[in-house]
Amino acid sequence: MRKIRRWGPGLLLVSPSIVLVAVFVYGLIGWNVKVSLSDWRQSVETSGFDTGAYGELFPGSAGELDDFAGAVLSGNQSDTLSTDPAWIIDLHHALLFTIAFVAGALLIGASLAFLLDKGVKGEGVFRAIYLFPMAVSFIAAGVVWRWLMNPAPGDRSTGLNLLFDKLGLGFLANQWYLGTNWGAAALAIPAIWALSGYIMALYLAGFRGVPEELREAARMDGASEWRVYRHVVFPHLTPVTLSALIILGHISIKVFDLIVAIGGKQLITQTPAVYMWILIYDARDYAKGAAIATLLLVGIAVLVIPYLVYTVRSERRL
Amino acid sequence: MSTAAVTVGPKIRARRRKRTLALVVKYAALVFAAIVVLLPVYVLLVASFKSGAEADPSRAWALPHVWTLDAWREAWNGDQYGLLPFLKNSLKLVIPATLISTFLGSLNGFVLSRWRFPGSDLVFLFLLFGMFIPYQAVMIPLTQIFIDVNAPEGIPRLVFAHVIYGIPITTLIFRSYYATIPEDLIEAARMDRAGMLRTYWSVVLPISAPAFVVTAIWQFTSIWNDFLFAVFIITDPSKWPVTVALNNTTGSFVTPYNVQMAAALIASLPTLIVYIALGRYFMRGLMAGALKG
Repeated sequence: MRKIRRWGPGLLLVSPSIVLVAVFVYGLIGWNVKVSLSDWRQSVETSGFDTGAYGELFPGSAGELDDFAGAVLSGNQSDTLSTDPAWIIDLHHALLFTIAFVAGALLIGASLAFLLDKGVKGEGVFRAIYLFPMAVSFIAAGVVWRWLMNPAPGDRSTGLNLLFDKLGLGFLANQWYLGTNWGAAALAIPAIWALSGYIMALYLAGFRGVPEELREAARMDGASEWRVYRHVVFPHLTPVTLSALIILGHISIKVFDLIVAIGGKQLITQTPAVYMWILIYDARDYAKGAAIATLLLVGIAVLVIPYLVYTVRSERRL
Repeated sequence: MSTAAVTVGPKIRARRRKRTLALVVKYAALVFAAIVVLLPVYVLLVASFKSGAEADPSRAWALPHVWTLDAWREAWNGDQYGLLPFLKNSLKLVIPATLISTFLGSLNGFVLSRWRFPGSDLVFLFLLFGMFIPYQAVMIPLTQIFIDVNAPEGIPRLVFAHVIYGIPITTLIFRSYYATIPEDLIEAARMDRAGMLRTYWSVVLPISAPAFVVTAIWQFTSIWNDFLFAVFIITDPSKWPVTVALNNTTGSFVTPYNVQMAAALIASLPTLIVYIALGRYFMRGLMAGALKG
């Protein structure tokens, strides 16, 4: 009894949050799955069970799997597939976007941190500049990036294409997000712009977290500065890289505002989250919208749950 | 040192030259990166101070011949593109939502770090997962519930949503912060037979200011910049927060681009001002967001 008196009030104080999260996170996720397995499409809400929505998002048979994967990788339609053609395009875009975004932001962020690590004059100013895009909404950033990446050719060219032209780098001019093959990768550029500073900050904290004695000891052993980094500092950064990958990966899976701000509802820039929105708002296809939302959740859960469990466990070990 | 400098051999001199070169390359790279990051800001500013006649895309990189505030005026409260009513909506949204969710986070964080109960780590994990979910996965039922229970339309629905889905991150930031306050402080209060609320009120709360600032900035920024919740939940265009209104004006190709740029700047100013004034705290919130305590 005395024990309960000790911790009871704490539980009581947190319980509203527990209940709210239980209902509005976990409960609604369950409800969403139910909608995705219903036949609530176009017409009024019904309660019939129907896996039709998923049927349009997955290959129908094992035989179709190769075809499906091929179509996603190449971004080309296939006549033999029963899958929703727009969905194939979405997955193709998501794949390209993710690779370009994660690799770009990780590389640039880590490099900037590496350059700043040893302390440079005006470090605070550099840091503040690199990090400022985090304070700007994707919608506002999209307004200016849509203009910068304006694909209009020749005399009508503007934005970066015009700048390249003026700097004598005309060969760099391209179709950006309207490019047929790599358009989705161009969409990653504003996202890299937005997140690189954040990744820089994570890595900088990581670099600075390596005990100076370790570096010093390696130097005493006659290791060159580069070897100090390679053998002492970099191995310490694995947890940071893991965090960065998780953060970038989950942003990438659900990317929405940025795409809407730059490409609107066009198929050529469409990603799964945008398609889900179109399905709900324009097509009123709730079952399929919910099915896509469920798949987004599964994608993120696979990424995040092991990471969360790992983090809390290692925290407990301390 | 000074005598050594006179007698340096060619080897040392070469090494020095190499080091200078490395330094130059390093600063050049840093400055180049800074220019690239600021490029969009240059475009926004330059375009927003041009007149409609001068806002020709081909001259976009040049400074305005005549500096004018016309585009700013139009984007601020012009008849066609004025953002002012939507800025007001955003304020009505962001102030209560930030205050409530920050306070909730403080209570949760305190209990989960300093007034723990059996299973409190599991409860934390349970709450934390809510931070990572794609909100699309709750959006259809959420809008449905609002309709079913006849919740007051417009901003109140949005405040509610941001408070609920803000619980995980605000709890996380406060829990990490409270974990750093000395256990003795809490124990001393307990020895004095102070109850939980009394301990929170008179011992913990007075030293919580930094965590409140960090959390409030985080919530302010993410709620002000949110587009997803607003676009799904708000059906009446007069209730739109500024992000949705901005996307609507700039999404149309008839909007003059000097007005588009001014509008984007106006919509970003509140968060930018907070960032410039309180950058240090902003940074701490980001690090907490990365689960780095």
